[in-house]
Amino acid sequence: MLKLRRSMMFVPGNNPGMLQNAGIYGADTIIFDLEDSVSITEKDSARFLVRNAIQRIKYPSEVAVRINHIATPFGREDLAAILAVKPDLIRLPKAETAKDIQVIDAIITEAEAKQGFTPGSIKMMAAIETAFGLMNAYAIASASSRMVAIAIGGEDFIADLKTSRTSHGSELFVARAQLLLAARAAGIQAIDTVYSDVNNEETFITETTAIKEMGFDGKSVINPRQIKLVHGIFTPTAKQIQQAERILEAYQTALANKSGVIALDGKMIDGPIVARAERVLAYAAAVGVRKEADK
Amino acid sequence: MRNAAGREIPEVLAGLKKVVPYQGPFAIRPEGRLTGPKIRMEKPRSEKLLKSIDQAIDATGLADGMTISFHHHFRNGDFVLNSVIAAIARKGIKDLTLAPSSLTDVNEAIIPFIEQGVITAIETSGARGKLGRLLTAGTLKRPVMIRSHGGRARAIECGDLQIDVAFIGAPACDLCGNINGIEGKSACGSMGYAMVDAAYADKVVAITDHLVPYPLVPISIPQTQVDYIVEVEAIGNPKGIASGALRISKDPRELLIAEYAAKVIEYSGYFKQDFSLQLGSGGASLAAAKFIKEKMIDQGITASFGLGGVTAPFVEMLEEGLLQAIYDVQDFDIPALQSLKNNPKHQEMSASFYANPHNGGPIVNQLDVVILSATEMDIDFNVNVITDSNGVIMGASGGHCDTAAGAALSIVVAPLLRGRLPMILDRVNTIVTPGETVDVIVTERGVAVNPLRQDLRDNLKEAHVPLVEIQDLQRMAYELAGRPDPIQLSDEVVGIVEYRDGTVLDVIRKPQ
Amino acid sequence: MVQIVRSAIAGTLESNDIMISIAPAQPGAGIHIELNSPVKNQYGRQIEAAIRAVVERYGLQDILIQANDRGALDCTIEARVETAIVRAAKGEA
Repeated sequence: MLKLRRSMMFVPGNNPGMLQNAGIYGADTIIFDLEDSVSITEKDSARFLVRNAIQRIKYPSEVAVRINHIATPFGREDLAAILAVKPDLIRLPKAETAKDIQVIDAIITEAEAKQGFTPGSIKMMAAIETAFGLMNAYAIASASSRMVAIAIGGEDFIADLKTSRTSHGSELFVARAQLLLAARAAGIQAIDTVYSDVNNEETFITETTAIKEMGFDGKSVINPRQIKLVHGIFTPTAKQIQQAERILEAYQTALANKSGVIALDGKMIDGPIVARAERVLAYAAAVGVRKEADK
Repeated sequence: MRNAAGREIPEVLAGLKKVVPYQGPFAIRPEGRLTGPKIRMEKPRSEKLLKSIDQAIDATGLADGMTISFHHHFRNGDFVLNSVIAAIARKGIKDLTLAPSSLTDVNEAIIPFIEQGVITAIETSGARGKLGRLLTAGTLKRPVMIRSHGGRARAIECGDLQIDVAFIGAPACDLCGNINGIEGKSACGSMGYAMVDAAYADKVVAITDHLVPYPLVPISIPQTQVDYIVEVEAIGNPKGIASGALRISKDPRELLIAEYAAKVIEYSGYFKQDFSLQLGSGGASLAAAKFIKEKMIDQGITASFGLGGVTAPFVEMLEEGLLQAIYDVQDFDIPALQSLKNNPKHQEMSASFYANPHNGGPIVNQLDVVILSATEMDIDFNVNVITDSNGVIMGASGGHCDTAAGAALSIVVAPLLRGRLPMILDRVNTIVTPGETVDVIVTERGVAVNPLRQDLRDNLKEAHVPLVEIQDLQRMAYELAGRPDPIQLSDEVVGIVEYRDGTVLDVIRKPQ
Repeated sequence: MVQIVRSAIAGTLESNDIMISIAPAQPGAGIHIELNSPVKNQYGRQIEAAIRAVVERYGLQDILIQANDRGALDCTIEARVETAIVRAAKGEA
């Protein structure tokens, strides 16, 4: 089944109150952050705090940890502490080369062996935050079988482009499109950047709708209030669901009858249409507007 | 003896002629007649206006051992209660029973007069801060009597609480003693709690900072009930009386709780045209207004009336036509009191009309849905809003048990943990609202429906809220926080929690 | 086995957090915990046990600990104690 990552919520790693409540908002993925939201002097305390939270608190969502870059003095210590408690996902910031991914992959492989975890059970994702990184996006995305997604880290990326954020988002259009292509070429998910003005719901909705239409699988969020909005946008309408169900039904019937050409309402149904219908129903199931068991 | 809420109640309690244990929310059939104030007469063209509070105290004949009352509409901006008690103390009067509709932080100024024996008994809705700690320490001659707003109105009307002198802070008052709360620099809005005191106290003193020529209109408390008038510089600090518009919380956890509560309402079976609604003024309960409003607009539903302590979000709903009327016993912010003044669909009401269980029908009986907050809850759905986790008085009974009993659907909203403290205990420290009148408990980690309400359990299956048993909620809290050690209580009873019908629901024992 | 060579602090006074201050103690002094907490009546015992468990895991026998609790869960308390120990043990530059 498709693992949904519509909303990936950042939670500052050194804030115990936020850590303990991170699971209640229904984010598809919680990302405990050891990087930008934690000051240099508190890297050690956030690391212990996040490790203990993962170990002791039951989270209903996928649990990811954004570690410090592996080239900083903190990255390896983050991994040493966090891997012991088996997060679902490690997120690397500012990935620029496939090497970055391979180094971490090796550390994870070693940790899995040492801890007796199933090999390959800890997944990875990477954020592309520079033009150079974007040029290597496909290599990064396909650098390890652990890789499940790549994301665009907007603020840093825009700084690297020497421009600034606009309401229409054209400054990020090419980067988003390229990231999406790289993700799809590698067969993994594409996640959009955060939108930091929490009180501006209107622009947030516009932006999220746009990236959904581009093909992104989800968006990073920084406030629980944004989760519902993202999920709303990624929720198929009743009409879309109904249509998808009809397509799959026609497809199943055709398979059963071993008929070669499948048509519905006079239109031909082929592979891409079936795949799209399956995707619609997967999202519908995840938000509870349609039951999984129907499949 | 053990009452119907499972609480051990002493056979004898100082301050009660007879201890009647709680037997269920509507088990008591009242008998007898209402009481009334002493008969008065006033000759034409006589003068009610006196020069000072001192003079008024003398004129009322206030003496040792009597009962005085106040109303708490001025909340933390109140000057009246403290200044009158200071004046009484200067006269050497002792051994009074203080029976205000509630006590707020600002009233801690009376602590010295409690210590000096000017006040030796208190009957009220609640107390906070230092005053709450003092009451919990057992400083008074008899246990503090805690009553709900409806219960207090009942007690006054039937004579359980006989007020000798009521001191009424009057935001606007004319020379004959007609009073309203909507004019003047210390406007507080509704005079709902004071209305009962004025109607039943033997002597009534109006204290005002806005004396106007006769006649004052509109009238909330009529001249027929007022004996004396005193003009003072200020009866309150406007900043403490009413805040700027209460805004809906942005705290994501409170919003989540509010959203669940709104969904519970939507699917409860009560969310239909002309339903009625009361919201508390606390974070999650107030925030529910935002979500209910959205659902009402989406589904084209309007409510027949809104009830309660009134806040800006409620007033907005009235102005947008989502509520056809508001019934108002108390106002919390400036938009609320302006609405009471300007909007004819915003109706002032007395505490008795609001919630007294022993009259021809309080408006809480017409209530479909109420959202209430809680300090603690337990696995029997009992709610505590009066004592904190250490057993110290720090809240007020208010209209909690009245609305829970009257409403068709009572929803209690609270975070599952406050700090480290789990909010669902095996037993609440003190019961204010019995579990059999609480239908749904909503927390950020789950929604529990009272097993007594199978109909709601069925209806809420479609609500997209995490439905769990109350024991599951407790387990989730304990998994995070650990099981709390019970607090140690002595045998000394320092407070009596009277149910709205006059029976004893619980007692507050002094912590060790 | 680590050695406490200086005093150190970890954590904050925000709600749900705990501030742990540790200092070296004379050999034979034992583990001294001074706890300040709004939930001392309900959780004082468990908070001290959580602190002690981390201290003992690091093999420390003589240490002064001041704990200023703001309603932290055990996993937070243990993380803050561990951070303070590591900071005090390695001796910050």
